[in-house]
Amino acid sequence: MSSITPADVAVGATGDGGAPRQPGRVSLGGLSVNLRSSGIYIAFALIIVLFSVLTDGALLQPQNISNIIVQNSYVLILAIGMILIIIAGHIDLSVGSVVAVTGGLSAVLMVNMGVAWPLALLITIIAGALIGAWQGYWIAYFGIPAFIVTLAGMLLFRALTLTVLGNQGIGPFPDQVRTLANGFTNGYFGNVGLGPLGGADLFSLLIGVVAIAGMVLAQWRARGARKGYGQAVEPIALFVLKMAAGAALILFVVVQLARFKNLPWVLVLLAVLVLAYSLMANRTVFGRQIYAIGGNLQAAVMSGVKVKSVVFWIFVNMGVLSAIAGIIFAGRLNQAGPTAGNSFELDAIAAAFIGGAAVQGGVGKVVGAITGGLIMAVINNGMSLIGSPSERVMLVKGAVLLAAVAFDVWTKRRTGASR
Amino acid sequence: MTEHILRMSGITKTFPGVKALQDVNLSVRRGEIHAICGENGAGKSTLMKVLSGVYPHGDYEGEITFEGRRCEFGGIRDSEHAGIVIIHQELALSPQLSIAENIFLGNERARRGVIDWNRTNYEAAELMKRVGLRENPTTPISDIGVGKQQLVEIAKALSKEVKLLILDEPTAALNDDDSAHLLDLLRGLRDEGITCVIISHKLNEVIAIADAVTIIRDGRTIETLNMATDDVTEDRIISGMVGRALDNRFPPHEGTIGEEAFRIEDWTVYSPSQPGRKVVDGAGLTLRRGEIVGLAGLMGAGRTELAMSVFGRTYGVNISGKLYKDGKPIEIRNVQDAIGHGIAYATEDRKRYGLNLIEDIKRNISAAGLKGLSKRGWVNENEEYRVAERFRAGMNIKAPGVTSVVGKLSGGNQQKVVLSKWILTEPDVLILDEPTRGIDVGAKYEIYTIINRLADQGKAVLVISSELPELLGLCDRIYTLSEGRITGEVPRAEATQERLMYLMTKGQE
Repeated sequence: MSSITPADVAVGATGDGGAPRQPGRVSLGGLSVNLRSSGIYIAFALIIVLFSVLTDGALLQPQNISNIIVQNSYVLILAIGMILIIIAGHIDLSVGSVVAVTGGLSAVLMVNMGVAWPLALLITIIAGALIGAWQGYWIAYFGIPAFIVTLAGMLLFRALTLTVLGNQGIGPFPDQVRTLANGFTNGYFGNVGLGPLGGADLFSLLIGVVAIAGMVLAQWRARGARKGYGQAVEPIALFVLKMAAGAALILFVVVQLARFKNLPWVLVLLAVLVLAYSLMANRTVFGRQIYAIGGNLQAAVMSGVKVKSVVFWIFVNMGVLSAIAGIIFAGRLNQAGPTAGNSFELDAIAAAFIGGAAVQGGVGKVVGAITGGLIMAVINNGMSLIGSPSERVMLVKGAVLLAAVAFDVWTKRRTGASR
Repeated sequence: MTEHILRMSGITKTFPGVKALQDVNLSVRRGEIHAICGENGAGKSTLMKVLSGVYPHGDYEGEITFEGRRCEFGGIRDSEHAGIVIIHQELALSPQLSIAENIFLGNERARRGVIDWNRTNYEAAELMKRVGLRENPTTPISDIGVGKQQLVEIAKALSKEVKLLILDEPTAALNDDDSAHLLDLLRGLRDEGITCVIISHKLNEVIAIADAVTIIRDGRTIETLNMATDDVTEDRIISGMVGRALDNRFPPHEGTIGEEAFRIEDWTVYSPSQPGRKVVDGAGLTLRRGEIVGLAGLMGAGRTELAMSVFGRTYGVNISGKLYKDGKPIEIRNVQDAIGHGIAYATEDRKRYGLNLIEDIKRNISAAGLKGLSKRGWVNENEEYRVAERFRAGMNIKAPGVTSVVGKLSGGNQQKVVLSKWILTEPDVLILDEPTRGIDVGAKYEIYTIINRLADQGKAVLVISSELPELLGLCDRIYTLSEGRITGEVPRAEATQERLMYLMTKGQE
């Protein structure tokens, strides 16, 4: 009979004795998991480099960066809400129509009825929440698939928009709303000279520096806390490298913006939303429950997650974000039109999936969805800079979406995540 | 000298970085029932996947000879064409289709692409007769139980003129009645000349049915025993599987039993799918602190249904009855209430109800107990990590770290994650439904030790199990359930398999 061989001991020592394929896979699995979660950022960087070259650097000019952000802000805001819904294993096809109807409502309130703009915005956002609650009720409590409910919503709210607006747009909007959607922060402290780069807004630069300092400080403290709990942390060199890269990125964008017209307000809004929702998704019980529901609905039920309530509230949230996007879109055009928000839902959904969300739910990140949205924005912008016709832009975007999801499926199969 | 229908020799299958099979040999004689035994992860399923062409020729080293011919299968279709059919542990039936449609799925009885329904249903009925399945061929699969579904799979195999039938854990989900029927059926098929290979954890069944048994450990063939000539016992097989003599399958335990912790009275539950059918009928039981209580019953007796209906009404409709915690009446309307009252339920179906397989160990462990790890809705992630790491060490969860994905763990380690999750909620009452299903012998022992430890901490534990020896070895007291009614309560000293079986079948006439 055989006694215990060195091989037996080795299997036991490396970990999973029950599944002998584990030990050899650790390093390989680790690498491919890394590739899977960071591939999107690498792809984003490559796309930027590609279009910088193709456009002779026009892509990264101050005004163009500003344009990319302002022109896509509403889709990015929608993508934040959409990724949460997709993580939970649902979908929302109605956001384009909700953008239209809330934009229309805000116009009616402010332009036709003369309601003060802060109150009008508040009412509009509440209306968005109610729309979300309406859809959330049918999905969470009545049990109709989100695909159907929001497909109905897409028609319902478009119909409502047309009823309210008739066939024409309503405008113009008050200046404050236009500034929020289209404007820039004030140059409180004047300009400073940046040598060969010319003059730049000091206030914007200060905000950038504060943001970098905040990021580094928060990461450093988190690292310290992890060490305090005896967890493994990345080597200090890697940490410094990561922080330096992050700081350089922020600094570059801020400097370019400061050289143009200061910080767009929507960028400030977006930054706040991204930060808040990232924290919510990762650090709160509510956020965790969204992932639990998408990962395994029945296990979530059996673990005491209030599934119906969580699903209801993420649709309410989507309604609120749609209303914000609706106001910004209408404000930017200075007019609420009946065709506003057409196919925005598709852009938001594409952003989420390009950004690494899994079709089955349970996987995805807010920052990923934003990156996915920015990838499409850069493709859009870069291709129009080099004068590509719109059908070709569409073609490329479709191919990118398919490729991103195919990559996700492929890496999942390679790592054998599901048995 | 008997003819060998199948010879696999020198099979080596390598996954990136690890050899799952190493020089494995398997010889199966024509017309025998050949069992393959081994711990989880020993390589049994991989070997069967090599044989059935899931891993195509060229993906492995070694040689397969079937019916005297060398085989180079490129896929399942090739192996099925040769007469090899594999029935997986997780049945591959389409729930909304009828029995007949499932039997002929991919092999439709059709003329020029148009299905001949009369022929389909007629031939299905013939096959169903052969396997002893008394149902209408047009009944949807979702309306029949797991035991019958297993028979449908076999009927499907027979429709393909199978010569070698491979069954992976065929009785894992079956009650003793259905298991016995299935084993009889396999004997019958053997007499008709169909060779069977069965993979099984249930060693008593292996002893009862097999003509030969091949033991695999760590991807290598250990030995092949002939039932007729060798003196084969369960302990003999176990020692081959684990490489050491296992003199005691259950850790010794003397419980100190305290006050009553939980009582169920007059509990009645109706089936959600068949209106008017009582699944649990006036059941009552009492759990005391520090006590391990068993709940025995055949599949369909209502064991899981009883547990789930108590655990936040997660099963059944029109539930009535009374619950008492520490002697005081309580109301449990949902899972949150149950957890709040210190009740935990570890499911029999880990993958479906117990775990988020795409998530890591730490987030699975914290899934039910996040409240304790958070303040005003914010999770303390470092604390979560620390707690998970503590469970990983304390429960001996074999994984590189708590950030390892749960779906990649073996069954035993997954079960430890499920148990950790519930222990984190600091329950007073733990209901463990089939806590050792589908996990290997070594891990079972560890689970038993954990259960004993929980009882020693003063928790009341209810163990639901299909394996009577497990209940006899583990429990201080055993209830029997039959057709939704409690038919007996037997203290450890008086419990025997025969007595329990008698009570479990009582009142079925």
